[in-house]
Amino acid sequence: MEFFNIFMKSAFYENMVLAYFLGMCSFLAVSKTVKTAFGLGLAVIFVLAVTMPVNWLINEYLLGENGIFGTDLTFLRFILFIGVIASMVQLVEMVIEKVSPSLYNSLGIFLPLITVNCAILGGSLFMVSREYNLSETVAFGLGGGFGWFLAIIALAAIREKIRYSNVPPALRGLGMAFILTGLMGMAFLSLMGIDPSIYVAK
Amino acid sequence: MAETTVQDVVVKEPTLPFGKKEKKLLTDPLTDNNPITIQVLGICSALAVTTQVFPSLVISVAVVFVCAFSSLFTSLLRNNIPKQVRMIVQLVIIATLVTVVELVLKAFSFEVYKQLSVFIGLIITNCIVMGRLEAFALANKPWRSFLDGIGNGLGYGLILIAVAFFRELFGKGTLFTGSPAELNIIGKSNEATSFMINTAAESGIGSWFSWYSNNNLMVLPAAAMFLIGIFIWIQRSRNPKLVDIS
Repeated sequence: MEFFNIFMKSAFYENMVLAYFLGMCSFLAVSKTVKTAFGLGLAVIFVLAVTMPVNWLINEYLLGENGIFGTDLTFLRFILFIGVIASMVQLVEMVIEKVSPSLYNSLGIFLPLITVNCAILGGSLFMVSREYNLSETVAFGLGGGFGWFLAIIALAAIREKIRYSNVPPALRGLGMAFILTGLMGMAFLSLMGIDPSIYVAK
Repeated sequence: MAETTVQDVVVKEPTLPFGKKEKKLLTDPLTDNNPITIQVLGICSALAVTTQVFPSLVISVAVVFVCAFSSLFTSLLRNNIPKQVRMIVQLVIIATLVTVVELVLKAFSFEVYKQLSVFIGLIITNCIVMGRLEAFALANKPWRSFLDGIGNGLGYGLILIAVAFFRELFGKGTLFTGSPAELNIIGKSNEATSFMINTAAESGIGSWFSWYSNNNLMVLPAAAMFLIGIFIWIQRSRNPKLVDIS
């Protein structure tokens, strides 16, 4: 139950993009067409789902006071987390280049930039600050990635349609993307009702 | 002989430490090359903190610090970094600086540290820092990179504080909550502001605000997106050169 609960929470009403603004740069830049958005979304799901359990293990067994070094090494957290993420992104990049060169070309610069996608590091840091255990971490990684995927595809689909609309010239492109993201954030908030823990608490 | 060396120095004077070009590096990111509204960098990490002015101010100062010094150090090392591993080197520099910021905040201002929690760490992945390192510091001399870092940090802070100002004022009816200069304009009042409000009420000014109830939309994350969208709209309709064609 807890697994499912956290998955739903991180995928929908505490969506990484729409509630915390994480991963905004690539979210706004790659959401021009659905096809590239789809590829980047998948890559983000994979990187999140893999890095978060790895970072959990590092945080628990290397950095904590009960870890193998026996001292509090949490000041190294940022550097280690970002190192894991950078190497994992490198791996994904090599796999995508091998499997689908066309997707690799269309993602271009944004593939290495997943490293600095705040959603990935943000996920790991939220995991630490909310004190999740391993299974909760896996759920959070999968759910967060899925939520990001969903949001970027939705925005890309809307932006494909809005190209045919009569938007004021100064608002065209970036300005409209911001306002659309805001509207989507409000729409996602209305999914709050699916939080099962609300009913349990009552 | 001594005279000629003096003259050499005089001839070199056009490269003042703070000339026109350097000034442009500082002021350009505030307006026409703003990292948020034009370069689309650094929207990621810190918009969630813009519900209040004071935390945004702290984040802005931290970003200016990290941006300036990471640019400086990267620029100093730029001829010694192999191209393949440059991202990792940059990330290590940034992560170290952010760790310094985190520890300083933890030691001197624990309340603010708790409030910002994750968002301090997220300065590492703030695209402004990385973007400026890639675009500027790797190709320029240390002093200029340093100024470029400060300029972009300030441009970022400007938007952040502007957004936070509107969100806190209209969403909570307060300003600068958590700082010594706390102001409650509407809603619950503390000693300093209740005095102001009472004197205002006696002179008939207080009733100006009594019709207003807080707008909860402004506290939602969506409001920040709308506000930035509107800022972009205003900026681009004033300067049509910035409109993107796509």
